[in-house]
Amino acid sequence: MIWQQLLNGLTLGSTYALIALGYTMVYGIIQLINFAHGEIYMVGAFVGLFLVVNTGLNIGVALLGAMAFCMVLGMLVEIVAYRPLRGKSSRLSAIISAIGVSIFLSTLMVLIAQTNTRRYPEIINIETYQLGSLQVSSLQIIILVVAALLMVGLQVMVQKTRIGKAMRACSQDLDASYLMGINVNRIISFTFAVGSALAAAGGVMVGIYYNAVWPYMGTMAGLKAFAAAVLGGIGSIPGAMIGGLTLGVLEIMGVAYLSSSYKDAIAFGILILVLIIRPQGIMGQKISKKV
Amino acid sequence: MAVLQLEDITQEFGGLRALDLVNLAVDEQQIFGIIGPNGAGKTTLFNIITGIYRPTGGKVIFKDHLLNNMSPWNVARIGIGRTFQNIRLFNKLSVLDNVRVGSHGVGKSGFWGCILGLPGERREEKAIIEQTEKLLELVGLYDKRWEYADNLAYGEQRRLEIARAMALKPSLLLLDEPAAGMNSTEKTELMDLIWKIRNDMHLTILLVEHDMNLVMNICEEIAVLDYGRKIADGSPEEIKNDERVIQSYLGAEA
Amino acid sequence: MDALLSQYIDPYYLRILMLIGINIILALGLNLITGVTGQLSMGHAGFMSLGAYTSAILSMQLGCPFFLSLLAGAAMAALFGFFIGIPTLRLEGDYLAMVTIGFAEIIRVFFLNFEPGGKAVGMSGIPQNTTFLLVWTLVIIVVVLNAKLLNSRLGRAFYAIRENEIAAEASGINTTRLKVLAFTAGSFLAGLGGGLYAHYMYFIRPQDFGFMKSIELLNMVVLGGMGSIPGTILGSVILTLLPEMLRVVAEYRLLFYGALLVILMIFRPNGLLGDVRVYDIKKKFARKKVGSWQSSN
Repeated sequence: MIWQQLLNGLTLGSTYALIALGYTMVYGIIQLINFAHGEIYMVGAFVGLFLVVNTGLNIGVALLGAMAFCMVLGMLVEIVAYRPLRGKSSRLSAIISAIGVSIFLSTLMVLIAQTNTRRYPEIINIETYQLGSLQVSSLQIIILVVAALLMVGLQVMVQKTRIGKAMRACSQDLDASYLMGINVNRIISFTFAVGSALAAAGGVMVGIYYNAVWPYMGTMAGLKAFAAAVLGGIGSIPGAMIGGLTLGVLEIMGVAYLSSSYKDAIAFGILILVLIIRPQGIMGQKISKKV
Repeated sequence: MAVLQLEDITQEFGGLRALDLVNLAVDEQQIFGIIGPNGAGKTTLFNIITGIYRPTGGKVIFKDHLLNNMSPWNVARIGIGRTFQNIRLFNKLSVLDNVRVGSHGVGKSGFWGCILGLPGERREEKAIIEQTEKLLELVGLYDKRWEYADNLAYGEQRRLEIARAMALKPSLLLLDEPAAGMNSTEKTELMDLIWKIRNDMHLTILLVEHDMNLVMNICEEIAVLDYGRKIADGSPEEIKNDERVIQSYLGAEA
Repeated sequence: MDALLSQYIDPYYLRILMLIGINIILALGLNLITGVTGQLSMGHAGFMSLGAYTSAILSMQLGCPFFLSLLAGAAMAALFGFFIGIPTLRLEGDYLAMVTIGFAEIIRVFFLNFEPGGKAVGMSGIPQNTTFLLVWTLVIIVVVLNAKLLNSRLGRAFYAIRENEIAAEASGINTTRLKVLAFTAGSFLAGLGGGLYAHYMYFIRPQDFGFMKSIELLNMVVLGGMGSIPGTILGSVILTLLPEMLRVVAEYRLLFYGALLVILMIFRPNGLLGDVRVYDIKKKFARKKVGSWQSSN
């Protein structure tokens, strides 16, 4: 029983982790809670659905299509709503602008797709394997594998490539990176693109796994993924992965062993406790204020 | 008698030693200067005195208070006012209000007094206004009292910071590079102001400054920091002739 | 008084005037926390719901007199504000925003499962004790006391915390203590507004006090002008009237809200009246009259 919950928790957690990565990367570079990120994830789920239903594309291609669409959307949001504020306004203004984008996108989707819940057609033959008392569905395997591949890919990109190096430099010190000749705006755009693509992948997989896509799905998922990013230590990429998995497992365990009616409160309860006890999260480093 | 005493102050930031066993004794009503190249640890020293950093080792003693674990607002309330190297004003408050905020630490009005306008609170407000106007006249900003602080010129902002620190009625005033960005006329005026503050209000002044001319002119005692260590301490004359100082600092400039 | 008013004023307009009054009280509370002290709270509706439920339960199930339950609701919200504020207000801006969202969500989930509050169905049949006279008397009291507070030693300290926390501490301001004070006072007003709302609307549900309600209140403060009382009042009036005027295009309302926030932050990050002062306007006119008025530069 507990192993079954652990597996379900890891599946859910890996989608949280995919979304959390976007939060953490953006926060690491421009110290902004990108409140619109949850909506990007929602849009990703819808684009995937649209591609599968209306064009009959293979689910794998649809996944890539959703990722590509959200890459562009993420960059667009940054250019329209955040870039004009950078350097001029307080962080408060930037957060409020992000909330504005979030409301805008979810309402837009309501207008396009209505509020009712949509379902992915049965595109994947879901088989269930029995491993002792453990039930593993082929869908869970796919989600875990895809999430793992994306995360490994991200880690390789950040650690080994030129642009990854530039991203790390920007997250250390944006001004210094600019002075060193790094095109900071390009790196920020790129960060939004990568984060948004990961969120879109999460959206499509959650849409299939829970068989539900609706315009407000991004709000709660976004808040929880942010909680996961904070839990792991905001700004830290491995932290977001660990935080996402931890949160997913804790939430499923909480529902299984405590009460399902408090499901949404569990993530926030954990978030608040973490922030109060260890504000820098599991993997984050304590930074002393500069005076 | 020393008002402020630093004993073997050490400050480490993640293995990096910013200050190494620094000792200082600032006497009452003295104008005391700290000089040293960039990164020598001057501002760190100020942040330790004012409670922003907790020293890794050593003691900070002000009158009969041990400051090591005191929070910044508490340090302010026992009579240590300061200005900042990179100006920190309340930008979207008027010049007048900037100075009025400065008197917070010596005020007493509580929540009910403030929202109901009780007699004690009114009396206090009146006294604060009077004091504020005097201070603004002292630093020459009275005519600009209604401007937003961020509308002031650079030199004016530095003087406003001094007025704000003075509103606390401190017995020790810390000035972090008060002359930075000022032209020579402004610097002369600043020197007069510092003297005036000390002589009229009987304050002790500790200042960090890069401008040698200013430091040598107004300070009665100078300490020289280099890479977190105090390498000399004495009157301006002694400092000017100190071999180590000339080698590591003054010589480099000449 | 209300009977008299309803003879002359269309009930529809009366209703809007009531809602404007209640929103002004709610928004002034949030203004104290976010606009004046600069602590981004995104869970104001949570505190509102504490006031609404507490007062509704007291007057419906325990037969408390209206004024007592109203006050108890406000006090309950203030109490929660105080105890939530102590550990969380040490956190930096964005983390605080998250924690306030989190608390508001936890409060909402709590009421969703709260038997005396009717769980997800909510409570109905709350006595309609909130009168026009009461709402607007309270608005006047709240505005006057707020104005007095902001123009006092503590009010200036609140603004100072928003403007520069380190400099505020160097001026002897115990920032943590004052942030908790602002948060408690703001939550009190949220609870008061919640109680008035419950006793006006006749019925309340947990989803009336969700994240979107918090955002709506935040919008009022941001639109009108962070930290400005006239601004917050203006913001409350506009954002209460607007949905009514946009009723025909109700679906586009939120779309407009979202776009408005972004546009405001780009062009007027301090809101419509946030940094407008009589002094500056006068100076501008004076300069025009004299021609070459010595500019302060």
